[in-house]
Amino acid sequence: MTGRLRESLRRLRLPAVPLLWLLAFFGLPFLVVVKISLSDPATALPPYTPVLDWDAGLAGWADVLAALDFENYRTLVADPLYLEAGLTSLAVALGATGLLVLVGYPIAYAMARAPKAWQPLLVALMVIPFWTSFLIRVYAWIAILKGDGLLNQALMALGLISKPVEILNTPAAVMIGVVYAYLPFMVLPLYAVLERLDRGLVEAARDLGASRLSAFRTVTLPLSLPGLVAGALLCVIPITGEFIIPDLLGGPDTLMLGRVLWSEFFSNRDWPLASAVAVVLLVIVAGPVVLFREAESRRLERP
Amino acid sequence: MTTPAPPPATGRLRFEAISKRFDTHLAVDGVDLDLAPGAVFCLLGPSGCGKSTLLRLTAGFEEPSAGRILLDGQDLAGVPPHRRPVNMMFQSYALFPHRDVARNVAYGLEREALSRSEIAARVAEMLRLVQLEALSTRRPDQLSGGQRQRVALARALAKRPRVLLLDEPLGALDRALREETQAELRALQRRLGTTFVVVTHDPAEAMVLADRIGVMAAGRLVQVGPAAELYERPATRYVAGLLGDVNLIEGRLGEGGAGTLRSLDTPLGPLRAFDHHGAGAAGAPGLLALRPERLTLGSEGLPGTLLDATYLGEKILYRVGMADGRVLRASGAPGAGFSAGAPVHLAFAPEAASLLPAEPA
Repeated sequence: MTGRLRESLRRLRLPAVPLLWLLAFFGLPFLVVVKISLSDPATALPPYTPVLDWDAGLAGWADVLAALDFENYRTLVADPLYLEAGLTSLAVALGATGLLVLVGYPIAYAMARAPKAWQPLLVALMVIPFWTSFLIRVYAWIAILKGDGLLNQALMALGLISKPVEILNTPAAVMIGVVYAYLPFMVLPLYAVLERLDRGLVEAARDLGASRLSAFRTVTLPLSLPGLVAGALLCVIPITGEFIIPDLLGGPDTLMLGRVLWSEFFSNRDWPLASAVAVVLLVIVAGPVVLFREAESRRLERP
Repeated sequence: MTTPAPPPATGRLRFEAISKRFDTHLAVDGVDLDLAPGAVFCLLGPSGCGKSTLLRLTAGFEEPSAGRILLDGQDLAGVPPHRRPVNMMFQSYALFPHRDVARNVAYGLEREALSRSEIAARVAEMLRLVQLEALSTRRPDQLSGGQRQRVALARALAKRPRVLLLDEPLGALDRALREETQAELRALQRRLGTTFVVVTHDPAEAMVLADRIGVMAAGRLVQVGPAAELYERPATRYVAGLLGDVNLIEGRLGEGGAGTLRSLDTPLGPLRAFDHHGAGAAGAPGLLALRPERLTLGSEGLPGTLLDATYLGEKILYRVGMADGRVLRASGAPGAGFSAGAPVHLAFAPEAASLLPAEPA
């Protein structure tokens, strides 16, 4: 009996490593955020009440629990600003991910079909931008997109436009920035799947009467779906909470959850409300992911 | 029940001076070949000899660098793979992992303008043909190697191709299953009457499956013929060694030419053998090829010493040391009582031995 127990403990040891990591660096901090989101703002340090009095023992915990309420969430629901920010964030994230699929798939496909000897170089080229700071790369886009920036100069030199178009500080600039910044996250998982795809399958499809297009539609595309989904998740989730790109390229009017969170936290010093926004953001992002994974694992287990 | 196939009117495949060059490498070098409709033709040779390239040229995955491929008189040049009335069974089977057995078989039919009921009927017929009806909803990763092989076969046959190309069709199966499957494949082909072109590196498999065999080496077609002809009358040393055990004795060719009995001046003395394909001019170096079962142990012929006798069940294999130190192998029916160390004589009929050029190919 004890041997059996020891055996199951031994088997739990390996999965325990990531679980403990997740618990210590995500679970506990998130509980703190949830707790703050249920508190009230205060002009104090820290700027919220109640604060747990560690010396009061269990009574202190009870006092804290009694003082918590859902006031901040009610504010979020009541004020259309937050709803609008949430919807805008989702729209930007989904729209950008759609664009990323359109741009990233051909790139990943071309990489996977390139001569084997070139492929490590192509992967390296995809990753090289990470060697410079994300912030600097987004800043660089200001120089490209601004009124007298590189893009407008190039368009005017080509005679496509006669006077500069306003791109910076528009939703289009946010889209451009997001697609640029997240492209590797779409391309690399797709490449990994496409590179391993047996070319014989496409030949078999062609042999059985499929044109190039129909072989792609019926074989390559369905078999690359796991990569597409992985890439899409890697993009949708962080883009929904993206702060730097809308802040630098989108101008002051861009309403996205990341920016709202930032201004609640730093401008208004309303930590409880900022925490509530953070919790809502997590639910928006994690909900569909969990649902999707459920559906996916059910589909894979189908006999 | 499937009705017996009518005599095949289609499926005549012709290669005319086909060459295929990859960069500097000549994979297929001037192959001329005319395949009878409704027969099984095996391309036999080592890996890299160009046999698979010939198959891929026929399927349309590659275009020839020179020459023409004709199917029932129609030049296939420029016809894309999906428009060619030939289908291929791939070496790795290339089954679609995201489709179950029935939908794998249906794939080719779905690409045509067929109704759902027609497709379903044809899929059922194909699955019955390969005895996989019970597994139609399984996915490829839930099948054994033999079952996968049958799915691949059913999928390739579903469109009723005029020619079926099979790339090492039994290569992924274990030995016991392979022999059983060879017989099944042969029976299926007889029933359907489809022209089969089989690529294999296994001489035994080629001999079981094929009506005719084409032996390839280094991109060239070395010899074409039924198994018996290749075995009894090999044109080169390579073909002789490929299809079975053979004794080779080197020497200088005497007078004569193709289709005559000639003598060969060997270290064992002058020997007479038949020159089937033209071994070379008089005085040129040549080889005498002799199957062990064509050598008889007795009291007449070339003198030697019996080194050992190995009992192999249906026959006994003798190794005989000759006067010049070489060892010849002879085989005979069990029962003849020769003991090791005894002086013996080896004899053979000149018609049973072949004269070959000395070059290895």
